[in-house]
Amino acid sequence: MNAGGTPVSAGVPASAEVPVSAGVPVSASVSAQAPGLGGEALRIEGLRKSFGDHLVLDGIDLVVAEHEVVCLIGASGSGKSTLLRCVNLLEPIDSGRIVVQGAEITASGVDVDRIRRSIGIVFQAYNLFPHMSVIRNITLAPVKVLRLPKAEAEARAEELLRRFGLLDKRDAVPDRLSGGQQQRVAIVRALAMRPSILLLDEITSALDPVLVAEVLSVIRELAESGMTMVLATHEMGFARDIANRVAFLEGGRIIEEGPPGQIFSAPRDERTRRFLDRVIEAGRL
Amino acid sequence: MTHAAPRRSRLRSRGVAVLVATVSTLVVFGVIGWLIVNADGWATVQARFFDSARFDEALPRVFAGLLVNIGIFLIAAVCILVWALVLAVMRSLDDPVFFPIKLFAIIYIDLFRGLPSILIIYVLGFGIPALRLPGLTSDVYVWGIVSLVLVWSAYVAEVYRAGIQSVHPSQAAAARSLGLSGVKTFRYVVLPQAIRRVIPPLLNDMVGLQKDTALVSFLGPVEAFRRAQAMASADFNFTPYLASAMLFLMLTVPMARLVDWLVARDRKRYLAGAR
Ligand SMILES: Nc1ncnc2c1ncn2[C@@H]1O[C@H](COP(=O)(O)OP(=O)(O)O)[C@@H](O)[C@H]1O
Ligand SMILES: [Mg+2]
Repeated sequence: MNAGGTPVSAGVPASAEVPVSAGVPVSASVSAQAPGLGGEALRIEGLRKSFGDHLVLDGIDLVVAEHEVVCLIGASGSGKSTLLRCVNLLEPIDSGRIVVQGAEITASGVDVDRIRRSIGIVFQAYNLFPHMSVIRNITLAPVKVLRLPKAEAEARAEELLRRFGLLDKRDAVPDRLSGGQQQRVAIVRALAMRPSILLLDEITSALDPVLVAEVLSVIRELAESGMTMVLATHEMGFARDIANRVAFLEGGRIIEEGPPGQIFSAPRDERTRRFLDRVIEAGRL
Repeated sequence: MTHAAPRRSRLRSRGVAVLVATVSTLVVFGVIGWLIVNADGWATVQARFFDSARFDEALPRVFAGLLVNIGIFLIAAVCILVWALVLAVMRSLDDPVFFPIKLFAIIYIDLFRGLPSILIIYVLGFGIPALRLPGLTSDVYVWGIVSLVLVWSAYVAEVYRAGIQSVHPSQAAAARSLGLSGVKTFRYVVLPQAIRRVIPPLLNDMVGLQKDTALVSFLGPVEAFRRAQAMASADFNFTPYLASAMLFLMLTVPMARLVDWLVARDRKRYLAGAR
């Protein structure tokens, strides 16, 4: 049942030695952004990132509390994907700090692979490994990285597959699955590492409308089980529904952030209002 | 099932088309054959190249030589497939720290792809034994195989590299995001996909290698082509060459068919996957 809301799951006894967050002291002293939520899961300070001389992220500050769900909204090219990729250290940053579970991951000399284990990311294009069955996709990292015994990794994977109604696809190859099924497998693959935070990058954008719902219901369940998530999304209705907080990006900056009720009904910034007007015009809200 | 009738008639018209094609092909080859057999020089050519008594006599001896060929081929192929992979990995290293290694691989590949195999075989096969270096074998088989490995690994390395580059970077990103190291990402995610994609061109190169094993004969080991040469020069009859050619084709043609079959199967899979 545990979705990884806490980094080391207490629900499965055998996983006690899993070093998901080993060596990363959990900071309890930092005050949480949203009351009623846990400690601080992610802190981004003054993050700047450019590709060549194109400045894509221009000083991002963002704090995410444990069990919080933050939605990033903004037009295409506003830097949402880049921001998520930076948090997973898939892109080197120019300046600023990123702190996950109290440990600065952008400090020099950190073990990048170790950090990535505890930060899950799911991509728009699923990026499943096409030469492996569903179960192998999911167990590859637990076996090769966490060094779990194969049987245990498979049991863990099967439990997740069952939870999301995918157990019958255990031995299928990704090509034979629908987009929605592939994306759910990709989510399971990330969850199998028991990440302390899950980053989701427009995970429904490549899907037919009829398949969007099945993926969104997975996210909804994860949110209810307390998973800390940051998701870039174009699904405004869903963001309003599920987010504890919404952040609007434009030109590589967070223009405005706040609870979804406020952002969507009473945006303070003119640019947010203009963006939302365009979204409404396009019939997406 | 409702389309049974039109399908049957389509099948019938296909059958007719195949029949027409077969008959016309036979007629064309028949005419060419007739022209050759009735040419003025045919009697001489027939005696020199198509002497059936000599053919029967040459075949078993050339065949014994062919077994040597196959041995050379198998040893060389294993070495090439391994060493070329090492080269391809070295060539694909992007970290500036590894630049000297990458440079070595680039120079190696350029060099050995740019030189004819026969030249390397001569230089190594005659040159190194002539140096009489202590501890270095003067076995011409060894130097023949080394030459083939040097040359063909350069080609095969480029095939591997094309495969590695064809794997989309998002695959590596997905693996790294799960915490797999660069080496494990390569080993479990990139390489298996790369190899799967390059099996047909890889087998093509193996067909070429099989042919090139004949060049090793210039160093002296007795293999099929060499046997044929020895027998031909003994009495100025070239029929043994024909026997040699036939045996080579018996090896290379099935390999070529296998390649075609694999390509077709891959294509079918790809089309099925892209639905
Ligand atoms: N690898 C890259 N190289 C160069 N430019 C990039 C790269 N990735 C993203 N960009 C640029 O960065 C900007 C932000 O892109 P992205 O983060 O994908 O935005 P979003 O996800 O909000 O649509 C865009 O202008 C895009 O062209
Ligand atoms: Mg994006």
